[in-house]
Amino acid sequence: MLDRIFFACFAAGIFFISVSAFAADPLMLSIRGSRFEPELLAVPAGVKLKLVIRNPGNLPVEFESTDLSREVIVRGQGETEIYIGPLDPGNYRFFNDFNRDMQGTIVAKPASNKEN
Amino acid sequence: MLATAVIMFREVLEAALIIAIVLGASRGIAGRGKWIAAGVGLGLLGASIVAILANAASSEFSGYGQAILNAVILLGAVAMLTWHNVWMSAHGRQLSAEVKAVGLDVRSGQRPLAALLLITLVAVMREGSEAVLFFWAIATSGEQSLNMVIGGLGGVVGGMLVGLLLYIGLLRIPVRHFFSVTSWLILFLASGLAAQAASFLNQVGLLPDLGNGVWNTSAILSQNSLAGQLLHILVGYIARPSGIEIVFYTGTFLTILILMRIFGNLQGRRINAGENPA
Repeated sequence: MLDRIFFACFAAGIFFISVSAFAADPLMLSIRGSRFEPELLAVPAGVKLKLVIRNPGNLPVEFESTDLSREVIVRGQGETEIYIGPLDPGNYRFFNDFNRDMQGTIVAKPASNKEN
Repeated sequence: MLATAVIMFREVLEAALIIAIVLGASRGIAGRGKWIAAGVGLGLLGASIVAILANAASSEFSGYGQAILNAVILLGAVAMLTWHNVWMSAHGRQLSAEVKAVGLDVRSGQRPLAALLLITLVAVMREGSEAVLFFWAIATSGEQSLNMVIGGLGGVVGGMLVGLLLYIGLLRIPVRHFFSVTSWLILFLASGLAAQAASFLNQVGLLPDLGNGVWNTSAILSQNSLAGQLLHILVGYIARPSGIEIVFYTGTFLTILILMRIFGNLQGRRINAGENPA
């Protein structure tokens, strides 16, 4: 019970804090066969980003990244969007939890160099 | 076939370990078996419903709905584990004495049976929905599907065996320490689940991350290794935690600990566990 109260207070407070910078265009990540496309995704560091994951195949995919603490199922012939960042510069690996051979990396670069 | 087994093993493992801990922690409480079994049954039903929703054509259950559902489920589990631990700190001494004396079930007091049911339900439903979704997909994909189904079932059995091993291991702990150990296990487990809930809410933009990768221990213990995954489930190990995960982890840990101290002293119970209640 107390956890819920704790959580509610927290969630309320949060909306005031989370006014952060936002990149205009969402990042796109597709599944092509049994690979991510692109497998190397360059993003600006220090910005909150929207990532759209598109799965045109028939099998569901579970996009997961322990580096990013992200986990979302994308059903077959579906797409989903999640937020990532603001990230520190560096590499963040991700994979398909339903097929761990499918892997990719998000590379966050300092924001001064936004054009890839 | 092996790949399918490994995937299903991973999906089942979390639920199996949580149920093993709950089964251990509720040792001596009358009627726990029925309630936990009902939790597993309802959890499987819930998992199937979630899997169907996730696979439905509508976009309502895309990233946002999924993350909210996961967060609500996880926070529900945290609340139930809290209730269980607080109840145990008030009744643990009596329970411990009775289990030690005659192995009789405790029949008095307001037992946290509904909590047992809900914890089990939540554990099975969350990982189960992913397992069902995956299993359904391979079963209907046609090619080599029989092999994969067999592999998948093998993975399910494997995950359940690990849960059974943990349960048997727990039962070997001497009775006088038993409920202290399970209380601590549940304390860490609940904190880890709260941190997971935080990352789900952060993923859809409802919580800030308060810094990503506050530290990174991937080089020492990767979260993707078997040991890393086991620790992730049991104590909430995160190799590269965000600030919000740390806040939720510590917040939950301290909240439960303080509640437990208020309702019965953990330390005192451990010392007096051998005494019979007056």
